[in-house]
Amino acid sequence: MGLEGYRDAELTEKIVKLISKVDLPHKIKIMHVCGTHENSIGRFGIRSILPEHIELVAGPGCPVCVCPASDIDIAIEIALQEEVILATFGDMIRVPAKINTDKDKPNSSLQTAKSRGADVKIIYSPLDALKLAEKNPDKRVVFFSVGFETTAAGVASILYNNPPPNFSILSSHRLIPPPMELLLGIGDIQIDGFMLPGHVTTVIGMNPFKIFPEAYLMPTVAAGFEPVDILSAILNIAEQIKEEKASLVNQYTRAVKEDGNQKAISIMNDVFEEVSAYWRGIGRIPRSGLKLKEKYSKWDANRVFDTAHKSLCAGFDIHPSCSCHLIMAGKIYPPDCTLFSKKICNPDNPFGPCMVSIDGTCRIWHRYEGKT
Amino acid sequence: MCLAVPMKVIEINGSLGMGEVGGVKREINLMLLSDIKIGEYVIVHAGSAIQKLDEAEAEKTLSLLREMVEKTNYFPSELLCMNYQ
Ligand code: SF4
Repeated sequence: MGLEGYRDAELTEKIVKLISKVDLPHKIKIMHVCGTHENSIGRFGIRSILPEHIELVAGPGCPVCVCPASDIDIAIEIALQEEVILATFGDMIRVPAKINTDKDKPNSSLQTAKSRGADVKIIYSPLDALKLAEKNPDKRVVFFSVGFETTAAGVASILYNNPPPNFSILSSHRLIPPPMELLLGIGDIQIDGFMLPGHVTTVIGMNPFKIFPEAYLMPTVAAGFEPVDILSAILNIAEQIKEEKASLVNQYTRAVKEDGNQKAISIMNDVFEEVSAYWRGIGRIPRSGLKLKEKYSKWDANRVFDTAHKSLCAGFDIHPSCSCHLIMAGKIYPPDCTLFSKKICNPDNPFGPCMVSIDGTCRIWHRYEGKT
Repeated sequence: MCLAVPMKVIEINGSLGMGEVGGVKREINLMLLSDIKIGEYVIVHAGSAIQKLDEAEAEKTLSLLREMVEKTNYFPSELLCMNYQ
């Protein structure tokens, strides 16, 4: 498919010119909530070509970063049991569980659990976990599943199609609209517009985001991931601010339908229910997590392994010296953290969750330093 | 893990298929889509195809944008996108 036009240098330049010409009443800050957006912004150097009065900031768009330490503790406990294979995405392996500040007690992670004998497998897709279960009928295969609506939809489709009994899901899925709403209620964060994550919106559609223009008067634009997508979304938001309008706009029409992917939504609604959930560095947010419904409980690792009592280990979610919680709220940028890219915190030796994941803002800024 | 890629569907076997991008082939989960045909493009996220890519829309957005940047009196919110309000 000819998507080259979305990287066309001439078109990009012309859109940037139009952005600079928009007569804005004040400096504006646009927030996106997607690791893929932050990656594109870094890769194409989008911030460096924007006029100074337009700021682009990353919100809580990294599912691995917001996965609470207590969930990792539970995953470790399960992984250490007999006859268990714990499968998860690569980024999850190195994220620290509860952090203790005592230097003599190293922090645990799924990686350290592996060295203690746990069978932890890195997979690319939930389908790989399903295959592991089919190939190992004598083992209990647990898929430790993190991700927003995009990942949750694929996982739901597997559960919906009657997977084998030795397969289960440890769900740490989170939903994107609730933290966006939460951030708007925090007084010291000024956000003037939202750029919606193109692929979450592809799955759930535009409707769940109506509240932002309607109740919060926030220009809200769904955007794709090429430079032309991102810049035209910024142009649209800037225009709305200039005209004192707040509309919900779909810039990513090649993928996003107003109603989203109806089949995916109905499968997700059949499998999951919304529950109050904890976000690392942010706190508890009502109706922001996904739990398996009762009729799917035989594949719910929390039920299979009875984890109810296990979520109260002591320790910090975020080390007191790490600023991930401020970065995920869009309050500061990675270079504002004194540990950023130093020996103590870099991708080879990450100190906080934002430096571990490929969707983590610190890791992305480290990669594209100088460009972002 | 959040990265999603557009892939061309080159094989379909029930609810599974094979996607291809830049010579790389991967098995993809097609359970979230109906009526998918070989040769169509889909967005693949963590192994699951989450939506078809609409080629006509892709071209329409681009030509509207091109038209807009050539105009001096432009109204992006009208021209650029589908507006729901
Ligand atoms: S640079 Fe490291 S320590 Fe600082 S906020 Fe990012 S992850 Fe935390």
